[in-house]
Amino acid sequence: MKALVTITLKPGVLDPQGRAIQNALGGLGFAGVSGARQGKLIELDLADGTSAADIEAMCRQLLANTVIENYRIEIL
Amino acid sequence: MKSAVIVFPGSNCDRDLAVAIEAITGTAPVMVWHRDTVLPDGLDLIALPGGFSYGDYLRSGAMSARSPVMAAVTAAAGEGRAVLGVCNGFQVLTEAGLLPGALMRNAGLDFICRDVSLTVENAATMFSAHYAAGSTIRIPVAHHDGNYVADTETLDRLEGDGRIVFRYAENVNGSARNIAGIINDAGNVLGLMPHPERLIEAEQGGTDGRAMFEALHAALG
Repeated sequence: MKALVTITLKPGVLDPQGRAIQNALGGLGFAGVSGARQGKLIELDLADGTSAADIEAMCRQLLANTVIENYRIEIL
Repeated sequence: MKSAVIVFPGSNCDRDLAVAIEAITGTAPVMVWHRDTVLPDGLDLIALPGGFSYGDYLRSGAMSARSPVMAAVTAAAGEGRAVLGVCNGFQVLTEAGLLPGALMRNAGLDFICRDVSLTVENAATMFSAHYAAGSTIRIPVAHHDGNYVADTETLDRLEGDGRIVFRYAENVNGSARNIAGIINDAGNVLGLMPHPERLIEAEQGGTDGRAMFEALHAALG
């Protein structure tokens, strides 16, 4: 089985890289980009039957830093 | 004083830290590889060096914070042994949960490598006791991810409890409240982004870093 883990910065946490992306898009002439937030996508290949609780634990213990990041798990 | 420097794959200031500790305390630290699960007996100080451990993969310090040795470091911190994290070492300490908050990409996105002025906010710690409270010192920084972030409640608590030990005298990297270094509640774990070990001899351009190691030597014997 596969799981996709999407990691995003919590709202309110400043994202300097996102802001640079936003500015670069503006520089390319794309008007109206009022924000950009950069995150991560991690694809996990897992043993069949891996529990949702185990994937949660992976996120909490390593994949996301819950001080600054949120995570979302999608099981494929 | 018995000390250890933890060496992670990608640490690059481990030797600088060892040289500084030996020069000032007279005793060379034991170098401990990150895969070790047991620390030498009777350590007074455990130092986590700067560098780019694990190539900063995932997040700076994230992989190292889960290295086998960190369980022993966390246990030693719990016993009250002194733990010092410099630069990447500070990032590892936050990722390991030994210090609050997180260190994010510098607000200006640039890697910053230069001397900066710091204000000694709390001179009543075992790490800072040989600085004068409120004094300004110059210590080099060399980092890409030194932008200290924590929620307002945590920042207020750090501020109220005197746990902000060093503050940038200028806005260097976007850090909340110009935080350069913080200490844990028990007062035995300090993390800071600047590199005191790089300024211990006049030949290095200054000696403002010496006082930290002198203070630790005085406190820990």
